[in-house]
Amino acid sequence: MSTVDEHEKDVPSEDSGGKSPSPPEQKGKATAYVIFFFFVGLIASLIVGWIIFPQLLYSQKKQPIDFNHALHVDLTGDCSSCHYFRTDGTFSGVPTLWGCIDCHEEVQGDDPEEEKFVTEYVWEYKEVPWLVYSRQPDCVFFSHAAHVLNGGMDCVTCHGHIGESEHTRIYEENRITGYSRDIWGRNISGFKRNSWDRMKMDDCADCHEEARDSATKDEPRAPLGRLIDNVIRVGFPGTYADNKGGSVQTQRGACFKCHQ
Amino acid sequence: MSFIIGGAAGTALSPLPWKLTDDLSIWTQMWPWTPVPPDGEISYDGSTCTLCPGGCGIQVRKVDRRAVKIEGTPGHPINDGGICILGLSGLQLLYGPTRVKGPMKQTGGRGSGRWVPVSWEEALEEVAGRLAEIRDQGRPESLAVFSGNRRGTIPAMLTRFLTAYGSPNIVTGASLADSYELALHRMQGVQASAGLDLDQTDFLLSFGSGVLDGWGSPVRMFRTNSALKDGRGRLVQLEPRLSNTAAKADQWISINPGTEAALALGLAHVIVLEKRYRAQFVNEFGGGFDAFKQMVMSGYAPETVAQITGVDAKTIVTLARDFSKASMPAAVCGRGAGDTPGSMNEVFAVHALNALVGAVNSAGGVWAVPEPVEYPWPEPEMDETAARGMQAGRLDGAGQGRYTATSSRPEQFFEAIRDGEGYPLEALFVVEANPCYSQRDPETVNAALAKIPYVVSFSSFLDETARNADLILPNHVYLERYEDVVNPGVFNRPFVGLVQPVVDPQFNTRNVGDVIIELAQGLGEPVGGAFPWDSYEDCLEQAYEEQWDALTGDGFWMDEDFTPAGWPEAFETASGKFEFLPEGLEGGYAPLEIEGASGEYPLVLVPYDSMRVSTGYIGNPPFMTKTVSDTVLKGDALLVEVNPKTAAQLGLSEGSRAVLTTAKDSVDVRVHLYEGLMPGLVAMAKGFGHTAYDKYLAGKGSNVNRLIGPVQDPVSGLDAAWGVRAKLTRA
Repeated sequence: MSTVDEHEKDVPSEDSGGKSPSPPEQKGKATAYVIFFFFVGLIASLIVGWIIFPQLLYSQKKQPIDFNHALHVDLTGDCSSCHYFRTDGTFSGVPTLWGCIDCHEEVQGDDPEEEKFVTEYVWEYKEVPWLVYSRQPDCVFFSHAAHVLNGGMDCVTCHGHIGESEHTRIYEENRITGYSRDIWGRNISGFKRNSWDRMKMDDCADCHEEARDSATKDEPRAPLGRLIDNVIRVGFPGTYADNKGGSVQTQRGACFKCHQ
Repeated sequence: MSFIIGGAAGTALSPLPWKLTDDLSIWTQMWPWTPVPPDGEISYDGSTCTLCPGGCGIQVRKVDRRAVKIEGTPGHPINDGGICILGLSGLQLLYGPTRVKGPMKQTGGRGSGRWVPVSWEEALEEVAGRLAEIRDQGRPESLAVFSGNRRGTIPAMLTRFLTAYGSPNIVTGASLADSYELALHRMQGVQASAGLDLDQTDFLLSFGSGVLDGWGSPVRMFRTNSALKDGRGRLVQLEPRLSNTAAKADQWISINPGTEAALALGLAHVIVLEKRYRAQFVNEFGGGFDAFKQMVMSGYAPETVAQITGVDAKTIVTLARDFSKASMPAAVCGRGAGDTPGSMNEVFAVHALNALVGAVNSAGGVWAVPEPVEYPWPEPEMDETAARGMQAGRLDGAGQGRYTATSSRPEQFFEAIRDGEGYPLEALFVVEANPCYSQRDPETVNAALAKIPYVVSFSSFLDETARNADLILPNHVYLERYEDVVNPGVFNRPFVGLVQPVVDPQFNTRNVGDVIIELAQGLGEPVGGAFPWDSYEDCLEQAYEEQWDALTGDGFWMDEDFTPAGWPEAFETASGKFEFLPEGLEGGYAPLEIEGASGEYPLVLVPYDSMRVSTGYIGNPPFMTKTVSDTVLKGDALLVEVNPKTAAQLGLSEGSRAVLTTAKDSVDVRVHLYEGLMPGLVAMAKGFGHTAYDKYLAGKGSNVNRLIGPVQDPVSGLDAAWGVRAKLTRA
């Protein structure tokens, strides 16, 4: 009874003296093929991953009305005329028809888009099905009041210079999730240049970590104090009831603050 | 192979796997088919609940224009922020699948279910044409209206419409409130509804009233019970079944059903014998007291009463002493939720007991509450046709002969039509009522409807009666309409609650008030002249002109300064005194006989109410059915309660299939052994056995009304049946 090894040893001896190229030549050629196909696969998949996939992933949709933000900001003064906080502190978000109807009960200018808005929506008492670039999944809790009213942030930090736009952008909808491309960001690799380029959880965390660090950086003993705190926290869990000093992502129950 | 490795390496170096992982996780956590309620502005709109006669104030939480939750109105005099399970479930009636979405005509004959949508114009033209035809034939009295409610502007408009048209046949559903009104009329000589000063009562003696099972204004009764529990006083429940009320009372005394009047008189015997009555009241304002005294002394000694009621004599004596010792006692009656009128001798006896302890128009007692307003409309003008029609006399015999003080006799109404008594009806309108389900012996109603050529339902839901109609002109549901709720429950001050639209009408429905105005105006003079309003809202505002600011501001109007008439002014009887033995009681206080021979039917079936089941016009919303215990409803099978001793005699055990038979009908049931029920009885839940509505309600259990025929009370002429003789056999 022969072993597998013995059989393997047998194989070249049976082939020797045949018409095939000599072993070193054959080996070199095979390696070239291997490398070639490796690169073919590599490049093809890189093309698929970086170029084709992002194109396939998003469908392109036009807003029902081409809205001119710049014009409205000029007329009304600021964002909060239309995107306001209600008396109970909740944020109104995208205006409903009742917000527009005050001025647009009749067609005012000669813009065909305005005419379309007035005749097809205002007169029909039909809400415009705006496609919202910044819409987050339903489980995400986000309080505009906490950030804008309490935190003093401006709209641009998260939403960019949308107030200066004269036309609505194409809305790119993720075919899998149904949310806007703006959430992940235009850059498929997830890098961003501006704070408003992305709206994923990491982007929330960037800011919150910064806020945490800046709160403690003026304290001379801060790094040492933090180290001691962390040692205590890891070694003796439960010592700090509220995990004071943790980031929004590491506090106890932190996940459920936003993921409700 | 290397291609695959290369591909894998390339893929790993591209964003594809990371992005896909992220997207898939979002997708799996946010399934696109999971409904996400839209966000919007949150607001609260106030209104009044109409789902039971309780009259609670509600505020509806809305997101934009969508109602998302119903809550009780804080500070409201009736419910002060509380709400019951039916009130909470109201949104299922608004958004539920059984709403009638617009006017519909049944083309394949009644019950065929072949409905064709018609426009309002077409529908109203048809009805007006039909009515004009009947009137032209000189038979206006052959139009009748059956209304679930008796008070408020809508029933007033319906009556006005019929008067101007020429028909006396406005028939309204009857309840315990009617019996109480009659008792106040006969004993105190007043036209008033009975109110209870529950903010002060410190001893509530309930003769089978479901204080915590839907009686009066349920939420107000809950609040009263809490106050009693918190140390203000006691609740004593007299009932043959351990109901929720009995279980939560300070004392539960099991009593033979139907013998409540005898027990009240037995208590009176002890109070009179021991001179524990309020001497000032009895001596100065007690009419016929000597005769009453003689009656209770001779016929209702504790030992005699013990034999009748099954309550032992010692308990009777102790209870009478406790009741009379309380500083602000009140005794109430009317079984369960009080949605049937009940026996007058019981109401008389219990109210006489109140009088003995001075609990009439006094702190903590029973108050006579007058109507809050008189509508300022002049009497409608009648032409000759109308005047002749009004002379024809009511089909139900109410307001005539023995029953002059009874406004409506619904049972007699349907029986008269079924038996062809009086004159035949040509058309019937059914408003906010479902008599084909909720009347005792609905077969009579079905048979009566079969004899009426034209039936129009105004129901918002495709209920049993609507299915039996030729045309449905759907009313808005209460959250979409204006209406008034007048002197609700047993509230002790003149009170009006305003029902206001909190959401836009969801479907092509119209307020029945507007439809009546349109119909009247469509008929021309003189009917149209009686309805000078542009809309029902106009009419409502005119009816409550002085109260309108309060109504629209607070949602209710109440006569804050109201105090009931003091004893010297309170009684408008011929003698000017409280009549202990009121007129019409010639039959005495003998317990009312129920239907069925005891030989053939050895058991007694008693229906019971629960807060978890809505039993009237409003079908049980699915949320409520979900809360019903599986000892009441298991799957589609209804369980009846039987004492284990009785069950053992019948060879039945827990869960046994059985057939429950009465003189009226027989139904399949299952048995639930319950030691809380007196032996010899069978208790069956009300509110099940619908055949209409949707899958959440239809086909679940049996309708207890099918098993019980009405028994006419000799004084009121209303239904006094509290049960029926029955037999239960193994299936």
